[in-house]
Order: sequence, then C-alpha cells, then structure tokens
Amino acid sequence: MKLSEQSKDSFIKPLFKNNPIFVQILGVCSSLAVTTSLRTALTMALAVTFVTAFSNVGVSLIRKVIPSSIRMIVEMTIIATLVILVDQLIKAFSYDLSKQLSVYVGLIITNCIVMGRAEAFAIKNNVGDSLLDGIGNGIGYGMVLIVVAFFRELFGFGKLFGVVVFPTVQNGGWYVPNGIMVTAPAAFFLIGGIIWLVKTYNKDMQDAE
Amino acid sequence: MKFYALRKTLKVVGEKFFEPGKPLAALYPLYDAADTFFFTPGKRNEGSVHVRDAGDFKRMMIYVVYALIPCMLMGLYNVGLQANRLIAAGGAVPDDWHGAILNWLSAAIPVFNPDSVFGCFVYGFVYWLPVYVVTMVAGLFWEILFAGVYKEEVNEGFFVTGFLFPLICPATIPLWQVALAISFGVVIGKEIFGGTGRNFLNPALVARAFLFFGYAGQISGDKVWTAVDGVSKATPLSYASGGVDALVSAGYSVHDCFFGTIPGAVGETSTVACLIGMAFLLITGIASWRVMASMFVGGMGLAYLLTQCDPSTLAAHPAFTLGPQWHFVMGGFAFGMVFMATDPVTSAATRAGQYIYGLLVGALVIVVRVLNPAYPEGVMLVILFGNCVAPLIDYFVVNANIRRRMKRLQAK
Repeated sequence: MKLSEQSKDSFIKPLFKNNPIFVQILGVCSSLAVTTSLRTALTMALAVTFVTAFSNVGVSLIRKVIPSSIRMIVEMTIIATLVILVDQLIKAFSYDLSKQLSVYVGLIITNCIVMGRAEAFAIKNNVGDSLLDGIGNGIGYGMVLIVVAFFRELFGFGKLFGVVVFPTVQNGGWYVPNGIMVTAPAAFFLIGGIIWLVKTYNKDMQDAE
Repeated sequence: MKFYALRKTLKVVGEKFFEPGKPLAALYPLYDAADTFFFTPGKRNEGSVHVRDAGDFKRMMIYVVYALIPCMLMGLYNVGLQANRLIAAGGAVPDDWHGAILNWLSAAIPVFNPDSVFGCFVYGFVYWLPVYVVTMVAGLFWEILFAGVYKEEVNEGFFVTGFLFPLICPATIPLWQVALAISFGVVIGKEIFGGTGRNFLNPALVARAFLFFGYAGQISGDKVWTAVDGVSKATPLSYASGGVDALVSAGYSVHDCFFGTIPGAVGETSTVACLIGMAFLLITGIASWRVMASMFVGGMGLAYLLTQCDPSTLAAHPAFTLGPQWHFVMGGFAFGMVFMATDPVTSAATRAGQYIYGLLVGALVIVVRVLNPAYPEGVMLVILFGNCVAPLIDYFVVNANIRRRMKRLQAK
C-alpha cells in the first residue's frame, strides 16, 4: 500500500512540526502530573494514543451523518466511551499503576488534544488519515512525556523505570536527589526548555519579531 | 597620566584580538567588561536619552556591593564565632578540607578562639571564599555565554547577584550545589527573559529558591547553620512558633539578634550591618526608600497588631507574642528589606506601586512566619511573590493615573 502525501503528512506532522505539546501547547496539564516516573508516563502515552486514534476513527466514520449543531456532544460521547474503556482496562490488569495515575486517566476525556484533533481533523477527513493523525498526535504527545519523565525520574529519584541508575545518598550511594524534579514545576521548566530548544533550531516556528 | 600604560595596553590588545574579524572576536564581551571596569567608556549615548546623571549602571551596581560589605564582614566573623562557641561546647572541627585548612592555619592564627575577632573572621573566610569563587565562576560563565549570544556587553548586574548569593546561603552549603543553583538563577531567573534589566525575578533569590526546593536538606532545618560537626544550634526562627518564652529559654535575646551573633545564613544575621548598608544606599540614592519604609511598616505593623490579640488567642498561638522588635532582627527581614526587595529591576517602578509592593511584602513575611506553620521563614518566598505581582501593581497604578488625567481633561 502506498500512502498519499496527505496521509503521510497527517502522521508525520504531529510528531514534530505540529507537536501537540510544544507547538500546539495542548495537554500540558496531564504532562505535569504523570511524568514523575517513566512507567506512568509510558502508560499515559499509550492510553492517550489509543484514545486519540480511535476517537478520530469513530468521529471520522460518522462525520457525514452528525448534524453540525450537536457534533461536539457526539464527539464527547465517543471520547468518553474510549476513556472509560482504557481506565477499566488499566484497573483490571495493572491496579497499582492505575492508583499511581489516579484521576489522570479519567481526565484524558478533558485532554484538549483528543477533542482538538476530533474537531480540527477527523470531522473533515477520511477514516484512514484520521487514524494516522490520531496515532501521530498520540505519539507526539507521548514522546514529550517520556523525555520529561526520563529527566524527572533520573534526577528526582536516581532511577529509570524503577531501576536504580544513580544510587542515592539515603541508600548509601553518592547521588543527592533533586527535590524540584519530583514537583510539578520541574515539568514546566523541562517543557519550557524543550520549546526553547526546538524553536531555537527551527526558525520557522519562531514568532515574528 | 598615571594609567596611560594600562589604557594603551588595553586598546592595543582590543584592536589586535577582540575587534570584529580578529581571532578572539567571540570573546569581545569579556574584553569590553575588563576595559570598562578600569575606564569609563568613551562612547556617548546616541538617540533619545533623557536621563542626566553622573553615575552609570556600573557605579550603581558597585555601590550595592559596597553597601553589602558590612554584612559580609560581620557575617564572616559570625560564622567563626558560632562555630567556635559550639566547638567549646563539645563540637568537632569539620572532618573535611575546610577542617584541614583550619587546622593548618591554626598554627599562625587563633582560628579556634571565640574571643579572637580576627580568628573568627578567618574561620568564616575559609568557608565563604570557596562559595564566592564558585558563584562567580559559574555565574560569569553563563553571563559571558549569553552576552555572546545577545551580542551585548557583560554588565555589572552579576557582581551584585554573585555577592548577594553567598550571603544568603548557609556557610556549609556544598559547592556543587552552589554552582548548580547560581546557574539556574542566572539562566532561568534572568537570561531567558533577556538579561539584566528584563528579568522579573531576583536571580539570587531564584538560585536560593532552587536550593530550598531542590536540596532542602542542605539549606533548611537545624543542622546546616553552623560550620562544625557533631553539635548543632537552631536559628531563632525555629523557636519562633513557641513565642518569646521559647526564644528566651533557648538563650536568644533581641540584643544578640540585632548585632547578629546568632546562627543563620552568612550575611543575614546582623541587623546593624544591614542598617549601615541601608544608610549607604539611601545617602547615595541607589535604593528606593519607599520600598524599605513601606515594607518596614507593613511587616512591623502586622507584627504589632498580632501582639494586641486577646490574651486567650495569645496563649493558644505563642508565635503571636513576638512583637516588631523580634521580627525585625530575626532571620532575613532586615537583609531582605534593604538588599532584596529594593532591587530596582524586580520591584514596583511607580511611586504608589512601591508603597503597595512594600506593604504587601512586609505583611506577607509576617503572615508566613507566624500564621503558616509549614515555613519558619518567609522572606525569600514572599519577595519572589512580590516580584511576580510588581508588574501588575504598576499596571493598575499607571492605569489609575491615566483615568485621573482623562477626568481632569474632561472637566475643563
């Protein structure tokens, strides 16, 4: 199967050029909350990718029969169904993780990325492109989450995926964990830093002076 | 023509190496900083310049450093004094390189004698100098890097930040934390907003806040304030929740707190040294008396009000009994009032705004100290908070002024 240019674009653009977090500045709230460890960040990334992909498919499938005046309610119903599905799955198969993620899986429903893609893309495009766009946005979001979580877990706890990398002073090692990394502001600084880097090396993204 | 040789050398070196197109052109900011450190630049401002003043930015910043010297001298003496008092009470000379240097020096200088002013001063100096050197090296690295990026000259703003920062840390602060914190303070607190003059937060306080939240174990609690091993002494503020009785029974008096012979961050303990600095800043007109006066009134007014509560309230909250005489001399109130809140870049700029800003900061310091049990001291966080709202205060003051004038115009 050969993908058309538009299909390729709908998958590749959200990875970098139109990244939901550092270009569209969407979904920042959850990226502050779930990035203290790589495990929670990865789970969240997968959950959001699943929801955006299939909500885009669902919305795109019925895009021609939804009356425009109630389209947001219909989109919301589809998204809510998917979010509840994901939430229940995580609860059933990984209860500890679901406790760590607390309300944030349920709150994917309010994640602007999901609704944003449904409104901005799926409602106007065919099913295949919508699926690719959903996956692309989910991965674009997940990438940033994982980068942020990598730094926060490494410098905040001296661990990666729960495995000790820097033995901390409390456990007889040499590493003094940085307390800021454990708190939400660290994610702000890191995401800010990522935006700074990306905009410095990508002149197209800079605002006109 | 005493300095003729130096002037000529600098000029030749500049033309040979640092002018555009020469091998070290990228380091021009560094050359320019050295050149203007010795000589007033010969360039004149062009365009619309409307301020006429004999002083310039460099003199202004250097004056703040002069004003800080009493705090530094008194602080270094006090570091040694506190350490030696605890050594006399059974503490041990620190078992690290500080201790090794002190033991080596003790052959020539009475560094372990609490009665020797010079000995105590040298003790403090051994702790302060490495912190100061690390602060300057790490901070200037970022300053020069960003000056190169922005194509601006390195300015003296950092001399003040770099002098302030070691004075608001405990003497025992680990040096790697100093380097990390001042890097954070300079880059996140200042440079990403465009450098000196465009920062909305005080970089020295940002650096300290970084340590406070990042490495709380080395900058808060009872163990860090004195440079000895084995025994520790808590600061007056950690007794403040128990009220006057707790402070007095811990051996503190207003007199000691005023002169600064108490544990605390290096430069903040001595209120009298802060007042000398304040006099210098006010006489030279560098710092705003409005900010200082209103912060004093706000803080001391609230502290006094709390002492006037019903006796049953005072019994339930002993911290309320600490009147202005205690709050002014404990912790960093005086230091923050004179050197931190008055930072001309980060405080409110309008006159009415400065009164509001000062009152707000002063009153909130007492609120955090007395009414919030989580933090014994609030000066750092409250001044940072004040920095954040200062632009908002100015905005309302300016708009109110515009409305007033519009009304006057319509009335005519």
